[in-house]
Amino acid sequence: MSTDILNLNLRIWRQAGPTDSGGFKTYRLNGVSTHMSFLEMLDVLNEQLIAQNEEPVEFDHDCREGICGMCSLMINGQAHGPDNATTTCQLHMRRFKDGETVTIEPWRASAFPVLRDLVVDRSAFDRIIAAGGFVSVNTGNAPDGNAIPVPGVKQEVAMDGAACIGCGACVAACKNASAILFVSAKVSQLAILPQGNPERNARVINMVAQMDKEGFGSCTNTSECEAACPAEVSVSHIARLNREYLRASILADV
Amino acid sequence: MVRVASDTLNSRVPDGPLQQKWDKHRFDMKLVNPANKRKFTVIVVGTGLAGGAAAASMGELGYNVKSFCFQDSPRRAHSIAAQGGINAAKNYQNDGDSIWRLFYDTLKGGDYRAREANVYRLAQVSNNIIDQCVAQGVPFAREYGGTLSNRSFGGAQVSRTFYCRGQTGQQLLLGAYQALMRQVSVGKVKLFARREMLELIIVDGVARGIVVRNLATGQLETHTADAVVMATGGYGNVYYLSTLAKGCNVTAVWRCHRRGALFANPCYTQIHPTCIPVTGDYQSKLTLMSESLRNDGRVWVPTGKSDKRAPDQIPDAERDYYLERRYPSFGNLAPRDISSRAAKERCDAGYGVGESGLSVFLDFRDAIKRDGEDAIRKKYGNLFHMYNKITAEDPYKQPMRIFPAVHYTMGGLWVDYNLMSNIPGLYVLGEANFSDHGANRLGASALMQGLSDGYFVLPYTISDHLATTKLPKIADDHPACVQARADAESRISKLLAVQGKRTVDSFHRELGLLLWEKCGMARNRSGLEQVIGQIRELREQYWKDVRVLGSGETLNQSLEKAGRVADFMEFAELLAIDALNREESCGGHFREEYQTAEGEAARNDADYSYVSAWGFNGAGEEPTLHKEPLVFENVKPSTRSYK
Repeated sequence: MSTDILNLNLRIWRQAGPTDSGGFKTYRLNGVSTHMSFLEMLDVLNEQLIAQNEEPVEFDHDCREGICGMCSLMINGQAHGPDNATTTCQLHMRRFKDGETVTIEPWRASAFPVLRDLVVDRSAFDRIIAAGGFVSVNTGNAPDGNAIPVPGVKQEVAMDGAACIGCGACVAACKNASAILFVSAKVSQLAILPQGNPERNARVINMVAQMDKEGFGSCTNTSECEAACPAEVSVSHIARLNREYLRASILADV
Repeated sequence: MVRVASDTLNSRVPDGPLQQKWDKHRFDMKLVNPANKRKFTVIVVGTGLAGGAAAASMGELGYNVKSFCFQDSPRRAHSIAAQGGINAAKNYQNDGDSIWRLFYDTLKGGDYRAREANVYRLAQVSNNIIDQCVAQGVPFAREYGGTLSNRSFGGAQVSRTFYCRGQTGQQLLLGAYQALMRQVSVGKVKLFARREMLELIIVDGVARGIVVRNLATGQLETHTADAVVMATGGYGNVYYLSTLAKGCNVTAVWRCHRRGALFANPCYTQIHPTCIPVTGDYQSKLTLMSESLRNDGRVWVPTGKSDKRAPDQIPDAERDYYLERRYPSFGNLAPRDISSRAAKERCDAGYGVGESGLSVFLDFRDAIKRDGEDAIRKKYGNLFHMYNKITAEDPYKQPMRIFPAVHYTMGGLWVDYNLMSNIPGLYVLGEANFSDHGANRLGASALMQGLSDGYFVLPYTISDHLATTKLPKIADDHPACVQARADAESRISKLLAVQGKRTVDSFHRELGLLLWEKCGMARNRSGLEQVIGQIRELREQYWKDVRVLGSGETLNQSLEKAGRVADFMEFAELLAIDALNREESCGGHFREEYQTAEGEAARNDADYSYVSAWGFNGAGEEPTLHKEPLVFENVKPSTRSYK
């Protein structure tokens, strides 16, 4: 069992802007309660830095309940830190030891350029969704909800993919910086559901093309993405994406 | 004495029978010809359910839309965190639901402080929302046979809530986001992420644009349009600790208020009964445990004061299931305001549990015994997981501990039936407006209102404005644009120039605590009078002693926070003034002086059946009260009873 209070060395990536080369800086932070969340620990550090007239560490975060996907951080080399199925905002300091040195870095991928310190630009994900991650149904066009029955079991698998929070941990964890788990989660959800059927072929082709264009790497099936995913999106969605891609490549639309 | 405006506000509710108002109004409003829609540009600030749905729908119609959010992507908006579900009057369960019942429940749940016609329209379009979301591929829970599932929620005796596990808001938001991104791909919507709205531009009395700060580069930008839509969420973060995302703020609507938009009913704040209790003074936010848990969880405290035994050591005879005891017909599903006050009452009386004595048990023991752990996991797995992550306690083995926390704000900018504020061309949607929930919002109704406003109301009503208003072209160098931009700039320099000793967060925490204590779950005259003075003093200190490091020309989160807290400092005063003015208890506003012998809220329909819409007269200056009388033609306001 750990004690209730930790004293830590924080080795944090500081980078003044997109063109700055950046580097690590180490800070001492004493008196960290084990009940704090990881981001609350960074809040406390920032209060300390401001008191010392040093600019605080910039990091992305918002909901702090594990659903918005805005928080990130490589913590000791692991995306979102050591816990399974947990975002950085839900990670708590009880997972760390007194006296430990904790290394904190931004997501590293050329498709996610650093804006400042630990903040990266993930707009590539938005452009991938814009390439086909939707059902083309204008407002007002919908039939009655129960006119489109979806068997409970299928719906559950679709929901497993839909649960992706778009944080980018899969990219950060992958040695190739591939975005395939993110892309497959959406392709898979909409391939399983009947609503996604009309655009099924174009969707997978266009989303994969956009992914390549953004500069993400290729998938080599190491499954690090699944291990890092806070929403527990399974690599079986990648398998489905591959089947969908093959299908779309050889089948004509009509 | 409060300064009261002599005129009453015109809500522009159409004439005719309640059921026909919306239909007839849609016919009466002017349309914009399909070929002319491309000539109009509409700004939408915020990309949550209301803003995302509005921007996508207007793009589909052919308008040019500019969509703004402060997050790095529109998919992050805090609608995403809604857990429990969305109501609709589908009556798929054959249990007696109808549009009228949903209307009635919502109006009653709001303690008869909402506008009848708006609430009826909300119930009417609720069914279209479900259809639209299903068609988008939103994976709502299903029965084995493939039909949609429902569950029940607080304040209702029918099962009308549609849900996606415990992450309904996420799935509905992603549906709207995907529709939005489709419009981005075809060029009808231009997306501006990491932008914070700092000023509203008004030309000849009409809202024509905004000034935003690019949060990644620090650059100010001027954007002009033919109409401006605010869908910027609620102001719960004025309390510092709340279930809201850290970035949620009042700035966008407060900037509109400062330029003349009336702010309605700020004192209607919802304190949600089931949140994870506070653990320390470093606490940065509070986490909600969905109200849907109260379908299977039973709320209790020990019958003895300061009972420190482990919950499984307390026999049934020594447990007080106080909601079931006080409200036998609704039991654990009593509405939020009532459940929150009941928890506070027990804790204040010394029966609270946990180290601080500021929590109550939410116990699944009986449900697990009845349905099995697997059934409970299927319904609430992610919520139990989240609870375990935060507290390191296993709710399958021991009861959760919960306490009320600020969650939703019913007040917001005043809007008419068309969702237009008193500034022509400025529309306000979703939580940012005041219109549909009265003094208290029922569970699973926020998602309904956001999507209703965005998908099915604004796209119709905005055409009336665009078709009937003279909207000459304006350029970025128009004096009104230049002035708004200069105002935004000078505020930023002023904040950076203070160079005091205290951090923004320390001020924000202090403000939040003041409000929570004096203007939280219970309020009274002397506390409110005192807190107004304290807020003024704190605001003065803030401008003398806040420390914001760095510059305005880079990504600078301290500067972002500093601007938001500066606005909270002004807004908090209005919230307290409104609470002081409303000498009655209703919904989320509980004045200790006005309660029944049993401790229930005592409403005063004779004197307070009106909307309080406040006009700005300068920071620290007494605001002007404009009244909109509430007229009930179809439902007779009664004392709310959930017994």
